[in-house]
Amino acid sequence: MRLSDIGIFLFFVNCVFTNNFIFSRFLGNCPYLGVSNKLETATGMGAAVTFVMGIASLFTYLSYSYILVPLNLQYLNTIAFILIIAALVQFVEMFMKKSLPALYSALGIYLPLITTNCAVLGVALLNMNSGYNLLESVLSGVFGALGFLLAIVLMAGVRERLESSDIPKAFKGFPISLIIAGLMSVAFLGFSGLVK
Amino acid sequence: MSIDAILYAVAVLGGLGVLFGAVLSLADKMFAVTVDERISLVRAAVAGANCGACGYPGCDAYSEAVVKGEAAVTLCTPGGVKTAAALAEIMGVADVGVEPMVARIRCQGGDGISKDHASYQGYQSCRHAMSLAGGPKVCPSACVGLGDCFKACQFDAISFEKNLCVIDPVKCTACGMCVQACPNSLIKLLPRAATVTVRCMNTQAPKPANDSCLYACIACKRCEKACEYDAIHVNDFLATIDTDKCTKCEACIAVCPKKCITLSA
Repeated sequence: MRLSDIGIFLFFVNCVFTNNFIFSRFLGNCPYLGVSNKLETATGMGAAVTFVMGIASLFTYLSYSYILVPLNLQYLNTIAFILIIAALVQFVEMFMKKSLPALYSALGIYLPLITTNCAVLGVALLNMNSGYNLLESVLSGVFGALGFLLAIVLMAGVRERLESSDIPKAFKGFPISLIIAGLMSVAFLGFSGLVK
Repeated sequence: MSIDAILYAVAVLGGLGVLFGAVLSLADKMFAVTVDERISLVRAAVAGANCGACGYPGCDAYSEAVVKGEAAVTLCTPGGVKTAAALAEIMGVADVGVEPMVARIRCQGGDGISKDHASYQGYQSCRHAMSLAGGPKVCPSACVGLGDCFKACQFDAISFEKNLCVIDPVKCTACGMCVQACPNSLIKLLPRAATVTVRCMNTQAPKPANDSCLYACIACKRCEKACEYDAIHVNDFLATIDTDKCTKCEACIAVCPKKCITLSA
């Protein structure tokens, strides 16, 4: 699924809908279920993930192509990427605290939590496995994260309405959320044939 | 596989680790944000219940507001006098002193005392019950007993006896959450020293008030006449005590024919 073959629009559709991180790759489910109680925080989390996935894709591509490949150490990619992502998130957090305190306090706890979001590591590894170049890596990171943003915002919207609806006691809270996550995943299955 | 491969792997990962460590420690210095140390001192001095009584979202937000000078040092009611004094010392302002308060329930209409005019079977919440045909009790300002205050209390100070709210004055921290929760405004924060209270909020005319509850204030004004200190007055068919003037002589308690003035612990 190279960018040159399908064009940027289909590439976008592929990352956001067809191979949505939540609904078809099942990555990043922890924040998806944990932070989707309120629309506001869900949007904040989605935005933070978009930001981190974009720059994580950039830095992992650079370190992979210019450090690991020349030394024939491709097998170290997982552990190296974990290191890079953790350091990157930490750095971004410090930078934001100093320069963008408003955004920092808005994202709050979600920023450090992104370190352990498997979608971030997932996109880095998937980029390398697909043999993407620099542009494709960054685009797939940003678009993939937009897919995550879409998923978490949709889920938060549904869950906000669930709060005030009459749900059987046994289904209240997480059970109904998991059922809805499943139904949304089934709905996104409809996009599966869109990009071949 | 030669030893080189292993060495390279160790060197690359170790090198990356050292590099990131160096960058992060540099960044820590470059982007250091100075935090007012008084914030942590204030945070340690407040009660730490995150109850929201001060009007800020949690103790951290209140501590910051105090240090910024936006909030008064006396707002942490669960911390009481001690916290107010500690905050005043940290902030270098005069200790104005707060009168210790306690939440008092102004109703005695439990089962068998206050008459029911309907049996409420719906969602177990006082607010819901009150919004349906004026509530399940004949008295329009009676304790419904469905526990809205109980749910609001974070200090386990509220219990129910015969479907009547009972507040434990020892556990109560006067955070005021139950005051907001009660749909009939039956709970009020009063000075801890003001132990003589009128435990009725019925402002109906004497006849309907008398019919609705065994312990309702019927505005007979006997307490007003008995009080030598001009501390108790009947307005809107309801006796009210001026806590500043009350000397706790208990003369009003003795004369009240409906037993709606009580001495609390």
